[in-house]
Amino acid sequence: MNEQGAPLFEIRDLCKYFTLDSKNTLKAVNHVSLTIRKGETVGIVGESGCGKTTFGRTLKRLYTATSGEVLYKGQDIFKMNRAQAHQYAKEVQMIFQDPYSSLDPRMTVREIVREGMLNHGIYKGDRAAQDKRIHELLTMVGLNEEHADRFPHEFSGGQRQRIGIARALAVNPEVIICDEPTSALDVSIQAQVVNLLKNLQEEFGLTLIFISHNLSLVKYISDRVGVMYLGSMVELAPSDLLYEEPAHPYTEVLISAIPIPDPDVQKKRSAIRFNGELPSPINTRDDVCAFATRCRYATPECSGRAPKLTEVSPDHFAVCDRVRKKDNA
Amino acid sequence: MNELLNVEHLSISFHTYNGEVQAVRDASFRLGRGEVLAVVGESGSGKSVMMQTILKLTPCELKSGTITFDGKDITNYTDNQMQEIRGSQIGIIFQDAMTSLNPTMKIGRQITESLLRHQKMSRAGAKEQALELLRQVGINNPEKRFHQYIHNLSGGMRQRVMIAIALACKPKMLIADEPTTALDVTIQAQIMDLLAKLREEVGCSIVLITHDLGVVAANADRIAVMYAGRVVESGTSDQIFYHSAHPYTRGLLESIPRLDAPHDARLTYIGGTPPDALNPAPGCAFSARCKYAMRLCRMQAPEAREVQPGHFCSCFLLDDAARATREKTGWEVSL
Repeated sequence: MNEQGAPLFEIRDLCKYFTLDSKNTLKAVNHVSLTIRKGETVGIVGESGCGKTTFGRTLKRLYTATSGEVLYKGQDIFKMNRAQAHQYAKEVQMIFQDPYSSLDPRMTVREIVREGMLNHGIYKGDRAAQDKRIHELLTMVGLNEEHADRFPHEFSGGQRQRIGIARALAVNPEVIICDEPTSALDVSIQAQVVNLLKNLQEEFGLTLIFISHNLSLVKYISDRVGVMYLGSMVELAPSDLLYEEPAHPYTEVLISAIPIPDPDVQKKRSAIRFNGELPSPINTRDDVCAFATRCRYATPECSGRAPKLTEVSPDHFAVCDRVRKKDNA
Repeated sequence: MNELLNVEHLSISFHTYNGEVQAVRDASFRLGRGEVLAVVGESGSGKSVMMQTILKLTPCELKSGTITFDGKDITNYTDNQMQEIRGSQIGIIFQDAMTSLNPTMKIGRQITESLLRHQKMSRAGAKEQALELLRQVGINNPEKRFHQYIHNLSGGMRQRVMIAIALACKPKMLIADEPTTALDVTIQAQIMDLLAKLREEVGCSIVLITHDLGVVAANADRIAVMYAGRVVESGTSDQIFYHSAHPYTRGLLESIPRLDAPHDARLTYIGGTPPDALNPAPGCAFSARCKYAMRLCRMQAPEAREVQPGHFCSCFLLDDAARATREKTGWEVSL
């Protein structure tokens, strides 16, 4: 859709480690590299604990990276001065997973949406203009003016998530990082919120980073999808390609596990299952393939060396040695 | 009568400070022997309350209706009588294994508890049986796990322990209340595979409470769709997925993002929000969100009608008198 867009984010070798004690380190994000173009939607999927939320939060500068760099419009976000960081905070907004705890219960909707405008000097303190904009935003996300003076507890989960979206849009952002924006919502409400995000993106040319464990939803909204496993990005591909021809064995299992709401399709599917569960992300080794313990194709070499990044086809990358072999044959 | 569970015209209410909440209204459904029935609906539609009240696990008032389990009318059973059934003939798996298992009790004791209580087994026999159960639900090294606490286990493992407890006495019916909602897709698939395998081995009927139609498609024989406390449609899996007759069911099916959908499509969705359970509007509960609602829908609640053998639906649009509306709005019923 937006292949021509210029790179907005260039993420190089990003690592975020949490030190637990003198011996143990949790490698939540481990050498992730990714380029995000302007106007595209990048989905990030993976099991719980794979580091997708930490990745999103690091991009928003809520965490400082352990190593690596994130270039936003050519500028490293971890080396910004105060003014640059302030501008970055405005341009990159976030929508959080839990619509119940991410809104201040003591502020009215109007105050919640206005806060960002005040911080970033939008309409220069002209309260009438701000109010007009607040009403516009609320209408845009499917609420109305009367809702502006209510408190968050008066709204349902879907409505709160809309308030969160209005708050993010209030400062005219360029990027919105959505961290599981619909996982607390019912399916019928989820569809409303996702359609809203998609419409807003088209209208304002937003760049979306969509983090979710719901693979069907990610496929639906994203142009490209990155699959994370134990802190690493194991596969990155345009979304249709990823679901049709997954290259990494992990992606293959993940896709085979998605329940499809169609009994006939389900009966015909062959299920691939994991052996065992997600290993602990503490003290993972970089010199072996992290997935080898659960991989059905694993050979002894897999636990002896780190797999290399392979370009399977243009724009489709996978970190697995098996992929390379298959292509050469 | 070959049904294991037969519920007719069940109504359940909570009493809160804000007034009476009619959690379940005039719900009827059946569960055949060896069958998997999925109860589907959004949060707050009353699916969990209904099943838990049938087991008398809630303080709700049972206002009307009859519940027949295994040929016996259990509607007015006392707590003592229910205790004899719960755990031995009916097993239950709750959504959140972390809070429904006892954190201060070793895993082994939690499993042997019901064996000792209901089957009058010796301690050694119960332990033997518990280890076998742990093995059956796919827990490695059961001797070690037997002496551990649940905080030693991951989410998927805890759910397996819950299943082991629920199946300990070889129940005739298993109620699985959102057994996989808190789990990842890969673990969810493992747990659903396990339930299917155990169902064949133990031969019990399963009531699967869920809001995930994907899980339902793979596992259910029959489906009951609930909305605002009412069972609005019920039928076989094929009838519900391919010939749904209720606008809510169809809206629900269409609002799920599908893997095989074209990339640029918009999701269709059900507008509006679920109704307020404290002040239910008169008429069909779904009428406020229904694209096809007629004037009658807002005044009177529709009765269930059998549109096909075994396929029940409560909607006025199915009536011959609504033909004009069906043509005007383009609503088609393909049965």
